[in-house]
Amino acid sequence: MSKTTTFLKKTGSFLFDNKVMIAFAAICVAAIILSGSPISFVMDGVFTRITRNTFTVLALIIPVLAGLGLNFGIVIGAIAAQIAVFWVVYWGFGGFNGMLLSALIATPLAVLFGYLVGRLFNRVKGAEMIAGLILGYFADGLYQLFFLVIIGGIIPVNNPKLIISGGVGVKNTIDLTGNLKYSIDAVRMVDIVTVLFYAVLAVTVIKVVLHLLKKYRLTRGDLIFFGAMAVLFAISYIPVVERFLSTDRLGLLNALIVVLVILAVMQLVKIVKAIWIDKEKPKTLVKPILMLLVFGAIYGLTYIPQIEQVLMFVKLPVLPFLLIAGLCWFNHRLLSTRLGQNMRTVGQSQSVAMASGINVDQTRVLAMVISTVLASWGQLIFLQNIGTFSTYGAHTQIAQFAIAALLVGGASVQKATNKQAIIGVILFHTLFIVAPQAGKELFNNAQIGEYFRVFVSYGVIALSLAMHAWKKFKKEEQPSSELPNPEESNLAPAAE
Amino acid sequence: MKTLKNAYENIGLPRLIIGLFFIFLIVTSIALGFSPAALFSDVVRRWLMYGTLVLAMVPGIQSGIGLNFGISLGISAGLFGSVIAMEISFLQNWNETLGAGAAWLTLLLALLFGIVMAAALGTLYGLLLNRVKGSEMTVSTYVGFSVIAFMNIVWLSLAFKNGELSWPLQGQGLRNTASLSGSFGGLLSNPDVVQTTQPRWLHWLAFRVGEFTVPLGLILVFGFLCFIVWVFFRSKLGIAMSGAGENQLFTTSSGINVDRKRIQGTAISTVLGAVGIILYAQTYGFLQLYNAPLMMGFASVASILIGGASVRRAKISHVLIGTLLFQGILVTALPVVNEVIEIGTLPEVLRIIISNGIILYALTKTKGGNQ
Repeated sequence: MSKTTTFLKKTGSFLFDNKVMIAFAAICVAAIILSGSPISFVMDGVFTRITRNTFTVLALIIPVLAGLGLNFGIVIGAIAAQIAVFWVVYWGFGGFNGMLLSALIATPLAVLFGYLVGRLFNRVKGAEMIAGLILGYFADGLYQLFFLVIIGGIIPVNNPKLIISGGVGVKNTIDLTGNLKYSIDAVRMVDIVTVLFYAVLAVTVIKVVLHLLKKYRLTRGDLIFFGAMAVLFAISYIPVVERFLSTDRLGLLNALIVVLVILAVMQLVKIVKAIWIDKEKPKTLVKPILMLLVFGAIYGLTYIPQIEQVLMFVKLPVLPFLLIAGLCWFNHRLLSTRLGQNMRTVGQSQSVAMASGINVDQTRVLAMVISTVLASWGQLIFLQNIGTFSTYGAHTQIAQFAIAALLVGGASVQKATNKQAIIGVILFHTLFIVAPQAGKELFNNAQIGEYFRVFVSYGVIALSLAMHAWKKFKKEEQPSSELPNPEESNLAPAAE
Repeated sequence: MKTLKNAYENIGLPRLIIGLFFIFLIVTSIALGFSPAALFSDVVRRWLMYGTLVLAMVPGIQSGIGLNFGISLGISAGLFGSVIAMEISFLQNWNETLGAGAAWLTLLLALLFGIVMAAALGTLYGLLLNRVKGSEMTVSTYVGFSVIAFMNIVWLSLAFKNGELSWPLQGQGLRNTASLSGSFGGLLSNPDVVQTTQPRWLHWLAFRVGEFTVPLGLILVFGFLCFIVWVFFRSKLGIAMSGAGENQLFTTSSGINVDRKRIQGTAISTVLGAVGIILYAQTYGFLQLYNAPLMMGFASVASILIGGASVRRAKISHVLIGTLLFQGILVTALPVVNEVIEIGTLPEVLRIIISNGIILYALTKTKGGNQ
């Protein structure tokens, strides 16, 4: 194979991989224009939905990595979260402490559920997705049985606000206003900084102790990191900064500026390092300087009145976005750990993983446990943001929409990244927001737009599953005509 | 002892549990004072109502595509055929010009449209399934969902004149549930309809013996369909098809085109789905559009699995037993549950747990079912 053909193939596959995303972006733009909704309205809606849904979508990445495909079983994580939320509300807890308690109850439940799902998936290897889908429905049935019959019927409960008037079964909706609503969103920035500082302080103290005991070597990076945190903490006591930080919402404009400043500082550090420490050739400076110019240009754009107006209109809750960023970092970091590498190997070929001494089944179960726990936290973020807990409906569409969003971002059954997840959420939910209005303008019927978005979410999953299966089938067909490939023949269906 | 063990192995644990549960429910409901005749009439009615949809699973499983969750394709074709037939009947004013024959002509037209569309769609669908061998079930589930979602848009955009179909005072869109009382509803199964609208010589189609309703017309139609499928799988074509499903390599080596057999099996399954939904609507008396058929594929799959089929083998007896047990439980559970605890949605919850539980069980039994 010559170089040009591989190059062509590469660009071809690049376009092919991003085709879904590009096509979807075009649909979104068309729908926005058709709907005639003001941009500030669309942006506000999209950012609200990013807050709500991104965490759950990110929870899908690890099972894809481990070769389990799209995890339709995240419904079960959501169920764990909802059981926790019900009891927390029933016991009368609220605020951030109530949320912590919810997470404390949901996590062990999700670990247990994830373990069971992982065990089940090991028994249905090759059919995880269909099994996950059916399992989601099955779990929904058990959940309904629990909430409709067992609560009140067997477990005595007494709360007319939550329980159906007969005394058996939980009501259709639970209002979270006054207890868990915005319990994550409303955490003030100054509190986040304080907690972060003490956490870093504690870690550093432990590291210093270990260093003195000669069990750990303190690096310069540790100290610099601690110093930076301390400076940040000190700055937060300056009255102006304190006033700024004592709110829980960050205007999109401010958030953009903060992000730009951080990115610019990172580039500056790179430049300084290249010139004075590594003494590299000036050629390497081109990229950072270009980046700096781009950041400057973006900042300049914010002075255009229309853009500024939109940016001033949208307000972001800070902590959910930090949690989302944290999960992105976790997904990214996991890859460089031993566990992450094992998962990758298992995902690529179970027989190779087995041969290199990896416990395949255990790795798969672990991937499911992590994903289920993350999904349960994602559902907690979702519920506290939305503010009303639809007892029998909040979890039913979660896998469907999360998976569709991930696929729209350009992910496939075998490959998914943080970037694809975030792009997917933005595109998918943009369509969700503008589709009804676009349907109304186009067909004089908002319902058509609503059905269209449902069709898109099913269709994109069907398409991507079919394409994946097609590829897999082709791959399995080929070796049988040539010499049998030991690795492939293990995966191919045994022909009796 | 050995024969007992053999019998147990033949029946299988899930079927045993569900069978015993069914008997328990019947005994309880009779003990609670429900009329056995009314209860059994209901069971028989529901049995026949879902029977053809479950029967549609057989060609799919036998030809090797596995559990056909994509039966929604056939269902949509059948619904579309019915809707078109009803609109034509309304526009031509058949009710006045043809009298009692109008309903029959509408039914036949609906079947004709449904079957033609289902055959075409089923063939295309078979072509798709041949390209995704090994993942048919996952793909077919989402193809089924997509089709229903697409049909939602179609139902909403159709502008029909027939008042039974379209919303009043709106130029566009069909009703969620359209009554069939003005057309073929109950024509084969409801004594009230048959005795009042049909001529005397057709009164045998549905009648009452005491409190027990005998929907003889529907029994004959369903029996006929079962018979056709049974005969088909004993013909040369049918045996070749079963071979394709059972052992691809062997069948290929004996000169049979496996892919073609799979396409035929898929098409027949889809056509039976279309016929099935029309018979379902006929018995139910209403045409359910929009999201109502979304999970019907799951109910059909669960029924045939309860009957003892696997993802590789299915017989007519599996259809009959499975549908009877599954629908029987759902019919008898409602009055019993209502008597014991007042939770109206419990049978629905029961349906979700049983149907999905049995599908999961079947998947784990066959190492994922795909291989």
